[in-house]
Amino acid sequence: MRCDEVTALLPALVDGDPVGFEVERHVETCLRCQAELARYRRLLRTLSMLRTWYAEPAPGLLGETLAAITDAAEHGARRTLLSGRRLAYAGAIGGSALAAGATAAVLIARSRKRSLRLAG
Amino acid sequence: MDEGELVGAARSGDRRAFDELVRRTFVDTFTLARRLTGNEEDARDVVQEAYLRAWKGIGKFRGEAAFSTWMYRITANAAASNVQRRRRHRTESFADDFEPVDTAAEHMVSQAAESAEALERISVALDDLPAKLRSVVVLKDVYGMSHEAIAEELGITVPAAKVRLHRARRKLRDVLYDEGAHADAV
Repeated sequence: MRCDEVTALLPALVDGDPVGFEVERHVETCLRCQAELARYRRLLRTLSMLRTWYAEPAPGLLGETLAAITDAAEHGARRTLLSGRRLAYAGAIGGSALAAGATAAVLIARSRKRSLRLAG
Repeated sequence: MDEGELVGAARSGDRRAFDELVRRTFVDTFTLARRLTGNEEDARDVVQEAYLRAWKGIGKFRGEAAFSTWMYRITANAAASNVQRRRRHRTESFADDFEPVDTAAEHMVSQAAESAEALERISVALDDLPAKLRSVVVLKDVYGMSHEAIAEELGITVPAAKVRLHRARRKLRDVLYDEGAHADAV
């Protein structure tokens, strides 16, 4: 196996991913590939050190973020309130329509009864 | 109040508990957003978007993982959305205004001066990677997320995540170790 073929697989081998017996055997006996693998290991070590190397947020960003959450929460609450009111309005309109219908039905029934009496 | 209690209170709608969780994780979440986006401006948008999503979704958070770990996933997802949005509007640019600071003093004091230089060099190299490669290598090699979690949050397959990771490592290796004089600094 050639070094350039093995080198292409080193970014996977450094994780311990299975890359095949031939590749592993080549690395065991090739100083050049061993050095290359060592570079990848060093790269991973340095990357993992970044985990505790923090970036400084701009002053005021925390406050802006908390304010944005407040806005979103209030907006959500307003929407809930509005949909509640809409439901109440719809209920009131529906109730009124029902009451009006019932009243009309009673009036019609009464006028029919009166017409029948007069005819009799 | 410990984190579990704060999460429980926040899940019941307690804003003050949620705000405390934001304060405790803010620098960490911002740092991840900064590393994923490669610039300060996008990181600001991403970190706000991530906490808004967290507030809206806190009811679904079961507390099986740490709150900060949950925030990593939300931040990764928000950063991926940000990159897609940006791609539609402009070509990617890389700001050079990243000023890392040491908030983990004990850890950094123990580091040699050349290690600080190495971290600076690798930060710059990460910023110069294409966003697709940067996000995978940051989430895997800096934050230790699994391939499966990365694939899920970025909306790609696990094999695609691995391919991007290996390409990112190759590029970083080329940038950091093929420049002769500075190679040993990392």
